[in-house]
Amino acid sequence: MQSSTHPSPLLSIQNFTTEFRSSGGKIVANKNVSLSIDHRRILGIVGESGSGKSVLCRSILRLIPSPPAYVTEGEITFNGRNLLALSESEMQAIRGVEIGMIFQDPMTSLNPVWRIGDQITETLRVHKGMGRREAREVGIDLLRQVGIPSPDTRFDEYPHRLSGGMRQRVVIAMAMACKPKLLLADEPTTALDVTIQDQILALMLQLQEEVGMSIILVSHDMGVVAETSDTIAVMYAGQVVETAPTEAIFNRPKHPYTLGLLQSIPRIEFKVDRLVPMKGQPPNLLKLPKGCPFAERCAFASPDCIETPVALREVEPGHFSACLYPERLA
Amino acid sequence: MRLASYILSRLLQMIPVLIGITIFAFLFIQLLPGDPIQTMLGGKASPEAIEAAHQKFGLDQPLPIQYLLFLRNALQGDLGTSITQRTLVSGLIAERFVPSIFLLIYAMIIAMLLALPLSLIAARRSDRLVDHTIRISGMITISMPAFWLGLLLILLFGLTLDLFPISGWGDDFLGHIHSLFLPAVVIGLATAPVLIQSLRSSLLDTMQMDFIEAARAKGLNPNRIMIRHVLRNALIPMVTVLAVNVGWLIGGSVVVENVFSIPGIGRLLVQAVLTRDYPTIQALTLVFGILVLIVNLITDLTYAVVDPRVTYQ
Ligand SMILES: Nc1ncnc2c1ncn2[C@@H]1O[C@H](COP(=O)(O)OP(=O)(O)O)[C@@H](O)[C@H]1O
Ligand code: SF4
Ligand SMILES: [Mg+2]
Repeated sequence: MQSSTHPSPLLSIQNFTTEFRSSGGKIVANKNVSLSIDHRRILGIVGESGSGKSVLCRSILRLIPSPPAYVTEGEITFNGRNLLALSESEMQAIRGVEIGMIFQDPMTSLNPVWRIGDQITETLRVHKGMGRREAREVGIDLLRQVGIPSPDTRFDEYPHRLSGGMRQRVVIAMAMACKPKLLLADEPTTALDVTIQDQILALMLQLQEEVGMSIILVSHDMGVVAETSDTIAVMYAGQVVETAPTEAIFNRPKHPYTLGLLQSIPRIEFKVDRLVPMKGQPPNLLKLPKGCPFAERCAFASPDCIETPVALREVEPGHFSACLYPERLA
Repeated sequence: MRLASYILSRLLQMIPVLIGITIFAFLFIQLLPGDPIQTMLGGKASPEAIEAAHQKFGLDQPLPIQYLLFLRNALQGDLGTSITQRTLVSGLIAERFVPSIFLLIYAMIIAMLLALPLSLIAARRSDRLVDHTIRISGMITISMPAFWLGLLLILLFGLTLDLFPISGWGDDFLGHIHSLFLPAVVIGLATAPVLIQSLRSSLLDTMQMDFIEAARAKGLNPNRIMIRHVLRNALIPMVTVLAVNVGWLIGGSVVVENVFSIPGIGRLLVQAVLTRDYPTIQALTLVFGILVLIVNLITDLTYAVVDPRVTYQ
C-alpha cells in the first residue's frame, strides 16, 4: 500500500476474521481485516473502545486462547511467514524476539514479585542464552535507554516502587530487549497522566528511530495516532473502515466515521481529554448488520447502505475506504 | 535494619496476647469447683501435703498476687508437678514436644508434596476430567475420620504388610521418618485437599493477570510461565492458608498421636484429661496458646520475606 525501500511489507494481514464463540452466540471481533505495515514505519490503529483493536494485536502474537476465539478466515504474514500456520513453539521463538508487545496498564503488566531487571532481561536469557552478568549489563543499558534514572540501582527494584510512567518505561524496555522488528503497542499511554503520555510517546518515537523497528500504535484517541503515525487505520465494529497515509486521512477523509473522529479531536488551546463523542452506539457484534455497520449513525447514509455489504476499496492511490459513497464527504 | 525492627515490633505486639493466655491458663484452675489444691492433688492427699501446696501457691494471698506468683513460676520454667506422673510438668512437656513438632512438620511436607503438583495439574487443566478427579478424591480423603484412616493404614501397612511400625516414634532420625510415616500420611491426606483447593484457585486467579499475558508475549514456554511467574505469585496467599491449617493440625494431631501411640503432647493432653492431671492441662493450655502465637509470628515474617510489596511498619 505504501512505497518503501523494501520490496514487501514487514507485516501484512489479509482478510483476517476472528470470532468468539459462547453459549450466547458468536461475537465477530475482527471481520475481514486487511492491513499492512512496512519496515521502519508506524501504523496507527484508531477506533472506539470495543472496536476490536486489542483482539487484532493479540491475534498477531496468537495470544488469544482457542476456545473461545476462532480464526475463521485470513492470513497474517510476517517477514514472509504465515504466523497462523506456525506451531506453538515456532510462535514462542517469534514472541518477544521478533515481535514485542506493550500493554495498556503498566500497573498490572509487570510481575509484582520479580525484580524489574530480571523481568526485562528474561527474554535475553531465555531466547539469546545470555549469562546473568552479561544480561545485567544489557539490562542496565536498556533501563538507561528508556530514561530511567540511576538504572544500576533500579535494576534490582520491584515494580511497586516505581510510578506508572516509570513502569511503562520498564515495560517498553522489556519489549525492546531483543530488538524486535515490530513493536505492538496497545494503548500504551491510555492509563497514564496526560503529561506522562507525551513523554512515553516521544520515547517510543526516539527508540523507533534508533533501533529502526516498526510500530503498530493502537489508541482510541485520534490525536495520539495523528502525532506519531505514518499510516492510519480506522476500525469500527471489528472492521477496518478506512486506511491511508496520515496526511490523507486528515485532509481528505473518505469515511464518515473517520470524519466524526477528526471532529472530536480536542483543540490544543482547550487541552480537553476527549471531545464530543459521536451520537449513537456501535452495533452489537453478536448480530452485525448485513450492510454498512456505521449506517445507523451515519449522516450521509442512504437506504441501500443498510442492505449492501461493504468492503475496503482503493478510492485514491494508497487510500482505502469501506464507504459506499466516499464522494459524499468531499 | 528494617526487618529487624519489624521483628522487634511484632514481638512487642505479642506481649498483651501472651498476658491474656497466661491469665486464661491461670483462671482455669481457679474456676474449678472446690478447693483447687484439693482438686489438684486428688481426694486422698494428706492434710500436710495440702497445707504445703497452699503455701507454695500462695493461696492465702489475693488473686492478683497469686497470678503474679504463677507468672513468676512460669517464667522460671516451673509449670507445676504432674499429679499422675509425679514429675515436673515442664520436663514432661519438653520431652513430648519434639515428637509432636517432628510429626507436624513431616505431615506438612507430605501435604505440600501432594498439593503442589496436583494443584498445578488441576489449574492447567481446569474443568477437565483430571481436575474433577483431583477434587473428588480430595473430598473423599477429607471426609475420612482421622482415627478410621489411621486404623485402616495400621491394619494394611502395619499389620498385614508389616512395612511400618504401628506405634512409637523410633530411635534416630531415620527411625522417626520410618515410624511417623503412617501418622504423617493421615494428617497430610486430611490437609492436602484444603491446600489443593486454595492453591488451585489462587493459580487460576493469577493465570488471568495481565502480567501473565505479558509473559506469554515474551515467548516463554508454558512450563516456565507456570512455575516462575504463576506459581511464585500464587504461593503468597498460601502462607495464610498454611498458618490457619497449622492451628487446625495441632488439634488434629491429638487424635493421630493417640491412634499411633506417639509420645507427643497431644497424647499427653489426652492422658492428662482422662486422669484429671490439672497442672499438666494448665501447662498444655499455655503451651498450645504460645504455639499458635509463634505460628502467627512466623506467618507475618514469611510474608515480609516472600512478598516484596509488604512494607514493614
Ligand atoms: N475473551 C473474550 N471473550 C469474548 N469476547 C471478547 C473477548 N475479548 C474480546 N471480546 C470481544 O471483542 C470485542 C473487541 O474487543 P477489543 O479488541 O478488546 O476492543 P478494543 O481493544 O478496540 O477496545 C469486544 O467488544 C468484546 O465483546
Ligand atoms: S456506506 Fe453509507 S452508511 Fe456506511 S458510511 Fe458510507 S454513507 Fe455512511
Ligand atoms: Mg483494547
